[in-house]
Amino acid sequence: MWRSLWTLVRRDISLIVMRRQDVLTVVAFFVIVTTLFPLAVGPEPEILRALAPGGVWVAAALASLISLDRLFADDWRDGTLEQIVLGRQPLPLVALGKITAHWLSLGLPLVVISPLLGYSLGLRGFELAVLAWSLALGTPVLSLLGATGAALMLGVRAGGALMALLVLPLYVPVLVIGSGAVNEAMHQAGPYAHLSLLGAMLAIALPLAPLAVAGALRISLD
Amino acid sequence: MSSRRIPWLTFAAPRNFHLLVQVLVPWLAGVAVLLAIAGLYTGFFVAPPDYQQGNSYRIMFIHVPAAWMGMFLYLLMAMYAVIHLVWRIRLADVMARSLAPTGALMTFMALWTGALWGAPTWGTYWVWDARLTSTLILLFLYLGYMALRATVDDRESGGRAASLLALVGAINVPIIYFSVEWWHTLHQGMSVTLTSAPTMAPSMFAALLLMTGACWLYCAAITLRRAQVQVLEDEADAQWVRDLLQPPTAESARTAEDPAGTIREEGHS
Amino acid sequence: MWDGIGDFLAMGGHWPYVWGSYGLFALLLAAELLLQRHRHRRTRTVLNRRFRRTGSTRTHQGTGT
Repeated sequence: MWRSLWTLVRRDISLIVMRRQDVLTVVAFFVIVTTLFPLAVGPEPEILRALAPGGVWVAAALASLISLDRLFADDWRDGTLEQIVLGRQPLPLVALGKITAHWLSLGLPLVVISPLLGYSLGLRGFELAVLAWSLALGTPVLSLLGATGAALMLGVRAGGALMALLVLPLYVPVLVIGSGAVNEAMHQAGPYAHLSLLGAMLAIALPLAPLAVAGALRISLD
Repeated sequence: MSSRRIPWLTFAAPRNFHLLVQVLVPWLAGVAVLLAIAGLYTGFFVAPPDYQQGNSYRIMFIHVPAAWMGMFLYLLMAMYAVIHLVWRIRLADVMARSLAPTGALMTFMALWTGALWGAPTWGTYWVWDARLTSTLILLFLYLGYMALRATVDDRESGGRAASLLALVGAINVPIIYFSVEWWHTLHQGMSVTLTSAPTMAPSMFAALLLMTGACWLYCAAITLRRAQVQVLEDEADAQWVRDLLQPPTAESARTAEDPAGTIREEGHS
Repeated sequence: MWDGIGDFLAMGGHWPYVWGSYGLFALLLAAELLLQRHRHRRTRTVLNRRFRRTGSTRTHQGTGT
């Protein structure tokens, strides 16, 4: 069972890597949105520093959101998804595999590049580490939550804007706790309570979200 | 599944539901009006002005019920969504769907009255207070549910998709409330906190209870009525709708089955 | 406790807030009720017209739960 899951993950990753374009687009989106903050607010270092955790986190949430609309859409269009649903593998597991592949190829790059963006907004040293850690724990939760929305939106006209409306409210807790961790680090307080809360959210979402995604896929493919 | 063994399931049959609502709504609406009159009288003519907030606190008598109903209706909606997903009872979906607009309205009114209460109390219409913020997010959840419903063309799968969304949202509601509370305590120094309701005289409390009762009954009445119309539209092809709207003449009545028999038959299917 | 109707309407200077809250609440509830009534009437009219057109042929029974 794990073997077939791994095969699925590898297939999905290689599919995404073949279309490098997607990875680059999402990373570029992340960078550009973060760049808009100094342009809109002004170059004042103090203000930018105060904005940094929230800015990077909002950009990451939006990047995660736009990366999601192709999570199931391609497989759905060419009929692969229907095959998978009818196949022998338990659907939640398949969903988990697809989300894992999606996060490894599209979420992880955001985590890797985030210290650079944090630095440009005035975060330093330990704060950057906390930023990357919070994103590493938080963006999988975003992917898991967003996948439910993506599965529900299969075959819906004008999905993009609606998906933001469905998914972004669910992102709120992750956003609050994630940027909160960096804020704590900036004020010489331990970010560990926040980071463990993020970990707890991941632990809750990891088994539950695939079930919801599987349900949503069944509904959409009916 | 016999309707005699599980009595309330009888009302899941569209026709019986229609009858039930027909009987229930006038009572609910009537009592709601009475409670509202009593509540408004108590709130405006019996309850004394607050020693700090003067008369502006009287907004509380609609603000608090609206906020409660917004929250309560969302959870109720999620409950119907679960019933719909698990047992595939169509009427549960109709109920969930009918609750959404009223729930969104109540949530919006909680925000609106909260803003207008905030203006004289904190000197600003909006602060990022924990309760206001989570109420705003609750409104977004309602809007998402309704938008999804409106977009998906197919009634059946659209209904199930929306039910799943309501369920996921309801699981998230406590987490959202908790995280917003947490967020707010972190930034305590930056904003004003909504002081809890003014020290309440018994008459204030009575007015609040009466208005909450009125609000609850109003929501029940309008939601049931909305569901009833929806059932009529869904069941347009059924004989009972035809009989209801155009009562059969004496001649055709003879050929029709007795209503009791039909009810039992529907309960079995 | 109120000094005449003017005092009541003034709400101790807080009238815009108090009546703004109650006013919009009443307005929205009235709008919801009217919309609902309108929809109820329309549904009945449409169905009635249809039944009259198709005559009294019997259709299938209700769909149950």
